[in-house]
Formats: sequence, C-alpha cells, structure tokens
Amino acid sequence: MASLPERKVGIVACSGEELAEGTVTRLAALKVLHELRKGRTVTICLPLFLAGGEGDRAFARFFPTITVDGCGLRCAARGTEMYSGKPTASVVVSDLVEEAGLPAPAGRRCLDAAGRQAVDVTATRVAELVDRILAPAADEGVPGPEPLTDRPVPLTLRVKR
Amino acid sequence: MSSTGDPILVIPCSGIGKTFGSVSREAAYEVCDRLRPGATRLLALSKLVLGDEEAHELVHSRRTVTIDGCKLMCAAKLVEMSGGTILRQVAVLDLYREHKDLKPEGIAELNEAGKQLAGVIAVEIARTIDATAGEAEARHG
Repeated sequence: MASLPERKVGIVACSGEELAEGTVTRLAALKVLHELRKGRTVTICLPLFLAGGEGDRAFARFFPTITVDGCGLRCAARGTEMYSGKPTASVVVSDLVEEAGLPAPAGRRCLDAAGRQAVDVTATRVAELVDRILAPAADEGVPGPEPLTDRPVPLTLRVKR
Repeated sequence: MSSTGDPILVIPCSGIGKTFGSVSREAAYEVCDRLRPGATRLLALSKLVLGDEEAHELVHSRRTVTIDGCKLMCAAKLVEMSGGTILRQVAVLDLYREHKDLKPEGIAELNEAGKQLAGVIAVEIARTIDATAGEAEARHG
C-alpha cells in the first residue's frame, strides 16, 4: 500500500522586525516547532511565497497552515491567502495579549518580561490549534477550528512588480 | 527616485527557521538601534510581501540595504520586485566565508559567535552608510 506523506501543520509567522509583537510571533513559532509540537509542525518563511518557488506557494494548498501575526495589519494571514491558500487558523499577538490581560510587549531585539509571557501565551494557543487541526476528526470531514479573528481579509491590495 | 538625506532603509530577510536568518535580523538591529540609529530605519519585509502601500512608498523614495540569510535572497528580491533602489545587498553567507571563526549557532537565541558575526556585518553596513553620506556631502559642497 502506498504511504501518504505525514500530515504536518505549517506555521507562518509575520516575524515583523519593526515591533516587539513581531519578535513574539517568531519566538512563539519556534517554541511550537522545537518544543511544544516537535515533529508535527514546520515553519515557512512568509517572503518565500513571493521570492521562492512554486513549491513554497503550493504548500498551503495541500497542508493546513496557522498564521501568527503581531499586529492588526495581519501580513502573514493576508499574504498567505494572497499567494498560497486560506490559512486554516490565524492568531494575532496583540489580540491574545489583550485577551490575557497582559501588558504590551516591549523590546523588539530582546523581549521584556511581558514579551516573554506573550510568547508563552501565543505558543500555547498555536499548539492547541495544531492539535485541533491534526485531530482524527479533522480528517473525517469535521470542520477545523474557526479562525480566531473574524475580520474580513481585504483582497484588493496590489503588489507592484 | 531616491533622496540622499532621508534615513536609509534596512531590511533583513525574516528567515525564521535557520541560524543565518537570525544573524541577518540581529545585524539589522545592531545597525538601526545602536550603530546608526538616526541614519537608518528598519522596515519589516512582511509588509512588502503584503503589498502595504506605505512600505512601497518608502522603498520607492529611499535607498535600501538588504540583509539575506540564504541564497534565495528574499529581501533583495522583494525590494527589486517593489521597484526599490538597493544601496547594498548583504549576503550573510558571503561574510561568514570571510570570518569562518565566527560560526553562528542557535535560532531563537544566537550563540556568541553568531552575535559577533552580526556585529561584523553591522559595521560593514555602517561603513557603507557613512561612505554614502560622505559622497552626498561632497556633492553638496
């Protein structure tokens, strides 16, 4: 019997270098990849959707993805949808921080205590989503998790080439 | 059109899963936060992926230094695709070849050698920025 490739969840973090919340996305994605859900997740560099090959763009058409954004611009969620496929779930750090009643993270190069807490909260939420997506029921046609944000995704943005 | 008086944009590659991506990010912070804070501005590459209008405007109106962690050169490619002017295109691997003693390790947290390599790259970029500022001053007398 032919074996199917192992199902993994792709995590696309915005990595926004300008903001501490961007650093939170990056560290939370790495925490899920290396510690919380090792072997069940992969990370994808967001810029590869544009600068990489078709393989990178095709990923989200065949594998479930979770996008992790730092702010309301939601570059990872919108970029993934524009160039690859609709993310299975998405989280926004600034929303999670507010929801958890944490102070705003600071220190884009070196996170403060609030930033490190935000990493833990975000990584835990992403790990829960990984479990829900990979749960056997999800393979049997039961709908996956609802996106954590219900903001509309504008598709009118134009990329100048 | 690039103007010489505005801060120069510094765009690291956002490489998330590899050590050299972390070096590119660390080098960008070193230049923008410590070495040349007034002469530079950090820009998140994800904004260019999204097609953010403000980011495109910035890339069109200012010169850019890109720092890439792998041969795919995402940052440089995206600036070119956005019609920007690249002042210097830095490939971390090229500079590592010149400083083999500084072998970076770690992704979430770089080792000391990785931080030193980032520092070397940042100094190179600062020199480029200074040289450009010097040329501009000479032109304007």
